[in-house]
Amino acid sequence: MSVRRLAAEQPESFDFTPELEAIAQKLTAKYPEGRQASAVVPLLWEAQKSAGGWLPEPAIRAVAERLGMANIRVLEIATFYTMFNLEPVGRHFVQLCGTTPCMLRGAEEIRDVCRRKIGPERHVSADGQLSWLEVECLGACTNAPMVQINDDYYEDLTPETFEKLLDDLVAGRPVKIGPQNSRHGSEPEGGARVLTDPALYAHDVAPVVPAAEAPTSGASAPTSGE
Amino acid sequence: MLADKDRIFTNIYGLQDFGLKGAYARGNWDGTKAILEKGRDWIINEMKASGLRGRGGAGFSTGMKWSFMPKQSDGRPHYLVVNADESEPGTCKDREIMRNDPHTLIEGCLIASFAMGAHAAYIYVRGEYIFERNRLQAAIDEAYEARLIGKDNVYGYPFDLYVHHGAGAYICGEETALLESLEGKKGMPRLKPPFPANMGLYGCPTTVNNVESIAVAPTILRRGAAWFSSIGRPNNVGTKLFSLAGHVNTPCVVEEAMSIPFRELVDKHGGGVRGGWDNLLGIIPGGASCPVIPADQCEDLIMDFDGTRAVKSSFGTAGVLVMDKSTDIIKAIARISAFFKHESCGQCTPCREGTGWMWRVVNRMAEGRAQKREIDMLLEVTTQIEGHTICALGDAAAWPVQGLIRHYRHVIEERIDQYAANPHPDPVPVAAE
Repeated sequence: MSVRRLAAEQPESFDFTPELEAIAQKLTAKYPEGRQASAVVPLLWEAQKSAGGWLPEPAIRAVAERLGMANIRVLEIATFYTMFNLEPVGRHFVQLCGTTPCMLRGAEEIRDVCRRKIGPERHVSADGQLSWLEVECLGACTNAPMVQINDDYYEDLTPETFEKLLDDLVAGRPVKIGPQNSRHGSEPEGGARVLTDPALYAHDVAPVVPAAEAPTSGASAPTSGE
Repeated sequence: MLADKDRIFTNIYGLQDFGLKGAYARGNWDGTKAILEKGRDWIINEMKASGLRGRGGAGFSTGMKWSFMPKQSDGRPHYLVVNADESEPGTCKDREIMRNDPHTLIEGCLIASFAMGAHAAYIYVRGEYIFERNRLQAAIDEAYEARLIGKDNVYGYPFDLYVHHGAGAYICGEETALLESLEGKKGMPRLKPPFPANMGLYGCPTTVNNVESIAVAPTILRRGAAWFSSIGRPNNVGTKLFSLAGHVNTPCVVEEAMSIPFRELVDKHGGGVRGGWDNLLGIIPGGASCPVIPADQCEDLIMDFDGTRAVKSSFGTAGVLVMDKSTDIIKAIARISAFFKHESCGQCTPCREGTGWMWRVVNRMAEGRAQKREIDMLLEVTTQIEGHTICALGDAAAWPVQGLIRHYRHVIEERIDQYAANPHPDPVPVAAE
């Protein structure tokens, strides 16, 4: 477990915008009637985005009210799930994967770059542009070491390419998402060694079947959501 | 080596169109109607006959799991929930399915739901996979558009598919914690029984399957159980996505036959161990929870459930982490202990307290700042965590430490000797400090 507390300084209020309300309606529609609480994690995530990358306490209350949940239920979720930032973050929020697979491929050097260029962990740089945090496995182990900056993964880093990446982001220059070397995805560096047979990609386009004579399931299960 | 024509995920590197047109061209959604027409029982029997074992780590028969769902609904809806909360260090295979081959998963969801009488399915994607869930959602939107899924689809079986996401909690990969999270609670595992097949999501019959288990189903049913079960060796059949990370020359994700020798896997796809085969220290075969296998046992290691069990490890998710001789093995395991400490949900005392305790002791051992008698004490504590918690996270945290002590006790002892041989101002602490 990790100890997570709300930030000492909190804004007075949170603006639950019409845009956020529209998202909330879309989210709650995914779950059966009376189960709107299911949308709490996605809605908190959206609230965090609209609050500038962190989750102030008034936003937690606003989400609780919107979903008809007790404040404490939403507060315990905000403190349980580690992607909810309980304190302000930089405009470019760097989450560095430090778990063993990344560590073996040089995550510690990437961490040194963070310390040198940004400052101490969980500390927003003076211009508000950058902050960083070491997180647990981000699930891109074959492209280690890697970081997530806001929504995007940047993989196959070296201290040099990472430093350049930070510079480009701060300067507002375009950057390449994904591997920062010659790789496209998770194929071996230098090109894929399998899946090279063109016949794999030459199936006749599947015909769409008519709705008539449709099969029925053995069970007479009611439709979802009831 | 597995032939290209026998690979299920043909766009795993994302070099082709991920969308519906590309999926058609790769043979997805081909004859889905004919499969559904054969009926629920045929599908479940075929899945059982295929020998597919769940790809999420536990390796339970997928067909068997599907058969546990009630045959007739008692009025409650049935649900399929797909576990895409891939967070185990070393594992990154489901990500490739979701971002590059999403239609294999969508078609699988339809077929699996049909086989279990479910009219709605949720895919629970880990929160960090933002690109992946957007891709998946785009593919689902396309499938709705083409009326392949939806209340009024061309197959005449009303079916809705939703993407849900978490927000950074490894524990939500445990099936009941995932259901709690999906219901809008903290991801804390539930006691079983009741099992999800009776009381799952919203108290309704639910089956939770890994992404890969669901995504391989359509191809198995198209090509037949006999084809799938002819690959690999008995009890360990089929094809499998392996991910190779760590100290190999070319880390990658690749679909290979089950029971492939480890050496062939790492040489053909990983480009060999960094610095050559003789530079291998050991591997963690299937995600961080699997005990380490030292190099001398990797020589003839068969990569499947039984092969890894024979060397007291486990196959897990086939996310292989290779370590060469430059690795500080104690530090590597200490980092894994830190991971489990961070991810323990805090519900059961042995895990909540034990993961932190193990982490502190292993960390000290990595420095050598420990007593030799603490090694046995640590081993004893791991056995007090293992098997004494609601879910398997306690076990998963204990196994890597047990593996470390089993194979690298001499390294720990040398480290302690080294530390003791040099003068230090602070006294060496003992366990529990």
